[in-house]
Amino acid sequence: MFHQAKWDEPLVIERSGTGKRGHTPAKPSDIERKVVGWDAWSGVPKALLRNGPPPLPEVSEPEVVRHYTRLSQENFAVDLGIYPLGSCTMKYNPKVSEAIAQNPKLEKIHPEQDESTVQGILALMHRLDQFLAEITGMSRMSLQPVAGAAGEYLGALIMRAYHRSKGELDERSEMIIPDSAHGTNPASAAMAGFNVVVVPSNADGIVDLEALRKVVGPRTAGLMITNPNTLGIFEKNVLEIAKIVHDAGGLLYYDGANFNAILGKVRPGDMGFDIVHLNLHKTFATPHGGGGPGAGPVGVRKDLEKFLPVPLVGFDGKKYFFDHDAPDSVGKVTAFHGNIGVLVRAYAYVLSLGPDGLKAVAETAVLNTNYVLSKVLERSKFELPFSRKRKHEFVLSAKKINEQTGVRALDIGKRMLDFGLHSPTVYFPQIVDEAMMVEASETESLRDLDELVEAFLKAAKEAETDPDRLRSSPHNTSVGRIDEVKASHPKTLTLKWNNPKARGQTP
Amino acid sequence: MMLEAIGVASIDELYSDIPTQVRINRPLKVDWLPSEQDVKGHVDRLLAKNKSANDMPIFLGAGIYNHYLPAAVKSILSRTEFQTSYTPYQAEISQGLLQSLFEFQSMIADLTQMDAVNSSLYDGSTALGEAARMASRATGRKKILVPLCLHPDRFSVLKNYTEPAGIRLETFAYDKETGGLDSADLQSKVDKDTAAVYCEVPSFFGVLDPEVVNIPSICHPKGGLSIVGFDPVSLGGLKPPGDYGADIVIAEGQSISTEMNFGGPALGMIGCRGENLIRQLPGRLIGMTTTLDGKERAFSMVLQTREQHIRRERATSNICTNEALFAIGAAAYLSLLGPKGLRELFESILVKTNYAIKMLGEIPGVVVPRFRSQHYQEFVVSFKGAKGSVARLNKSLLSHGVHGGKTLVWDFPELGESALFCVTEVHSTESIDELRLLIEKLLEA
Repeated sequence: MFHQAKWDEPLVIERSGTGKRGHTPAKPSDIERKVVGWDAWSGVPKALLRNGPPPLPEVSEPEVVRHYTRLSQENFAVDLGIYPLGSCTMKYNPKVSEAIAQNPKLEKIHPEQDESTVQGILALMHRLDQFLAEITGMSRMSLQPVAGAAGEYLGALIMRAYHRSKGELDERSEMIIPDSAHGTNPASAAMAGFNVVVVPSNADGIVDLEALRKVVGPRTAGLMITNPNTLGIFEKNVLEIAKIVHDAGGLLYYDGANFNAILGKVRPGDMGFDIVHLNLHKTFATPHGGGGPGAGPVGVRKDLEKFLPVPLVGFDGKKYFFDHDAPDSVGKVTAFHGNIGVLVRAYAYVLSLGPDGLKAVAETAVLNTNYVLSKVLERSKFELPFSRKRKHEFVLSAKKINEQTGVRALDIGKRMLDFGLHSPTVYFPQIVDEAMMVEASETESLRDLDELVEAFLKAAKEAETDPDRLRSSPHNTSVGRIDEVKASHPKTLTLKWNNPKARGQTP
Repeated sequence: MMLEAIGVASIDELYSDIPTQVRINRPLKVDWLPSEQDVKGHVDRLLAKNKSANDMPIFLGAGIYNHYLPAAVKSILSRTEFQTSYTPYQAEISQGLLQSLFEFQSMIADLTQMDAVNSSLYDGSTALGEAARMASRATGRKKILVPLCLHPDRFSVLKNYTEPAGIRLETFAYDKETGGLDSADLQSKVDKDTAAVYCEVPSFFGVLDPEVVNIPSICHPKGGLSIVGFDPVSLGGLKPPGDYGADIVIAEGQSISTEMNFGGPALGMIGCRGENLIRQLPGRLIGMTTTLDGKERAFSMVLQTREQHIRRERATSNICTNEALFAIGAAAYLSLLGPKGLRELFESILVKTNYAIKMLGEIPGVVVPRFRSQHYQEFVVSFKGAKGSVARLNKSLLSHGVHGGKTLVWDFPELGESALFCVTEVHSTESIDELRLLIEKLLEA
């Protein structure tokens, strides 16, 4: 029986005791003090001087380490159990990648160093560009975007640059996005100045071609889509979709969030996509860090290369170099060269698997997911709206269970936490009622998959026999069900804002 | 057995709906190494070609800084319960992450005197982009004033965040003598369409300019906001931007959370004052609440209706994945140093900056600091009176095992042959002395 650690750990500031500290930074040398004069502070403009020491906790190193170690124990992670969070591809992160990334030759290099002193990392970036371009079927990659949404935003910027170069940016103001898309797609498009036009899914759960034909036209800038889509269904009409959008003068963007399903099987470039991003923190097994860091490299077809951010890494046969000679480039999308630490891990992942291994990743992920789907459907009242053909993920509906018992998808998800696994994604995509989106990645064993199936079945059964137990779950986590409504107020965000007495006071 | 349970004969059948003409029927052309040892050996050998700050003193800053990262920070960040978890959508099973992020938000809010801080953005440059868009939304205005002395790459990112929203960027000058704010120029540019004025403390040139505290009194009367870019370590000694009227603050937090890593991953920070602006914040916010029965303290993501997964095209930003792990790193770092440690670290860097300026100042033909002001961590060295160029000097320095500063020749041609040097607590007296001797020798040659 799963019981999550529970420490009743106070806030670190509540552990604070006067005079304690956990780290003493290096002091200036006597020579430095002597040369500068013993009071260096006197030169700092008074208007900029802090009135007193900064208001931080005073705690010892052991206290800090215990505090955050205890907190870490109150946190679920891939290293603890199955994480069937649909569209998030929470697979196991190989430890060799961590060992590789903890290298001073990586950690202690500065982004503005002379190229002659960073030939190793430049070579790695150059090869990773080639690997990812081959894997996606694109011509060239930018490694600069640091997240999936950052990749999408760059994609939208490239579309702007492309249409501007043809003198059509003003007219081409619309981005077409299926109703099943991730929220980042419309958000990225809108941020880049496009109006979002939603195209509905048909009865099979894929893009309705007739509806698509109706919305494309001279105002179309492009279409953003993931394939397989968020229902886990492959958009089998993808070539037709590409033709419709291209004929209208638009570009096709591939959201790589679901790439795990097709690694080594199908490539976005071969499906007619013009711009692609990959989520290295999903498909390429880099740890997600509780929300980040990630990396979202973007690949493009040949004629769009000139719009990629500067600099790309070039190779002149002898030396690797940063190529700044790109007059049509969109410029920069992050301050330096991207999330290099993440890129290095992804590079190691590609090398570890090679062509056969990468293909096996997709096949095993699809096999695992379909196995769970079959077992759950066979033995419960969960329903599967739309077509049965799923790839790496599926979206169940708990509608029938809800109608019969009053229990909601949320309750089932919360109850699953009690069984020592993470809940599926709930209430997404919005086109499925009482949605539960499940992804069982390739790193899960058959035993883990059976455990996941059992968790669904047990929760579904309890909905009938003991619905109150579900509605009051979880029971075995560090805390019971949380009042998220009460939390949704600005005053909950920081201690200071929480506590009016502390406001405006600088100790 | 699994195939049987699914009811298919082969894995290929699971892919039967994919049109045959788009399938790739050949192995991918990527390399493969047969063992973990081979993979590690290969990457180790590649990286061995780099020269790091452990191999030579590096006097580069400009946004990414080499600081000493306490071992306990690294140890905490290596907890795989943090490292291998996802965004805390399921709060009850993610309290550790949520509480850590709440502590991060609270500490940065206290340090900057803001009401709220989010749980991270990508880096300092995208934080500035988000702040500019936020200010524009909050004021309904379309002009952002930024200092001319801004890192050109940060400017480029800012432009990519603002141009599609129809926001215009205009620069205001710096004083040619002090490197500080040209108040007259700024004043003449703040108008009824100004959404915000952005400034950095210390500035890109490392200048501590007392005039920046007057910026809010220049833009507030005209209805514009003040955005301040801060250096987290410097707040050990410097006034919190909230104390001089900043409405939004942003920062690059790499210094207090992670190693340089060639510039990424980094840690974008953003904070603001007042409910109106809080509702415009991008990204994830963690709040302190209770369990449903009201008996226990608990944490969860809050105000999610600002975010893309709920609000889609009407969200305040598209950000989803962020840099949460390093927000935990920053919380651990600030807890370890505490009030005294952070203050001492500021002092240490202040002393070393002044020492380096004094030492380099003794070299004939070199003007340092180029600007007549107090500097922190960075300063501009002008080689106007010396023979040769920054490019040649830097090459020569490298051949002697020292990495010089960032050349400003291309980005700030008005400064002539000059470079931006950086020193932090990691630079020893010996390395600064060596830099001075080498420059003197190389300029003579």
